[in-house]
Amino acid sequence: MNPWPFVIGAYLVAIVLTATLLVWSFTSMRRAEAAADSIRRK
Amino acid sequence: MHALANPARFLRLARPVTTWLLLIGLVLAVAGMAAGLTLTPPDYLQGETVRILYIHVPSAWLGMAGWLGIAAASLSQLVWRHPLAAVGGRAVAPAGATFAAVCLVTGSIWGRPTWGTWWEWDGRLTSMLVLFFLYLGYIALASAERERGGEGRIAAIYGLVGAVNLPIIHYSVLWWRTLHQGESIGLTGSTIDNSILWPLPLTMIGFTCLFGAAVLMRMRAELAEAKVEARMRRMGAA
Repeated sequence: MNPWPFVIGAYLVAIVLTATLLVWSFTSMRRAEAAADSIRRK
Repeated sequence: MHALANPARFLRLARPVTTWLLLIGLVLAVAGMAAGLTLTPPDYLQGETVRILYIHVPSAWLGMAGWLGIAAASLSQLVWRHPLAAVGGRAVAPAGATFAAVCLVTGSIWGRPTWGTWWEWDGRLTSMLVLFFLYLGYIALASAERERGGEGRIAAIYGLVGAVNLPIIHYSVLWWRTLHQGESIGLTGSTIDNSILWPLPLTMIGFTCLFGAAVLMRMRAELAEAKVEARMRRMGAA
């Protein structure tokens, strides 16, 4: 059994899920902080 | 801990720390994964599949450490009524659930060529799956409580009770017959040869920094949302 498809698949899963978590956390933080800034300026 | 009870003081510290955790985490995680894929020799028994170690072990550690963080935040909320504890618990949960999922999926992928099966209902795998479902339950409970304007006490009690699963996960390989290998990395040493082991600290520290950055970003988002909600209420009352 060729092990590389399993190794590459496992790394892809880890990278995609971690990147999704970070991008979601970052965009929700930026959106919330921008809303807080704009409402403070009003 | 009490020095950070003031959200303004917490945010002053969290802003630069988030950036540094992101940068250090990305560099170390990428370096560790690249080294694990290209620079280490194959294992004499498992061959090339041993390379899954460098992502599976950090994700298992973070899946469990995340719930330990929820339990600590819950205790801090229930006993000391720390104002940021509930926010911290809610922020840790998505990151912990993500790494518990990474642990389960990468473990399953590792199991197919090594054990000949994708899944086995044994102590270690089942207790880790239970941890993932505990995270989903916590996320649903905490967000429902927050929408109803609650203080998050029910989620905090759930967070403390769920911590019972952590020693079960840790000792499952000793308590029950299992396909999963026993403890190979302890506080006093490791049974893994250094030629294979050395990239592991890089991915362990790297993914831990990324986990910390994700938690701080979620906390900052929650605090900003709370600020907007409070301002909207004041404007509505005026």
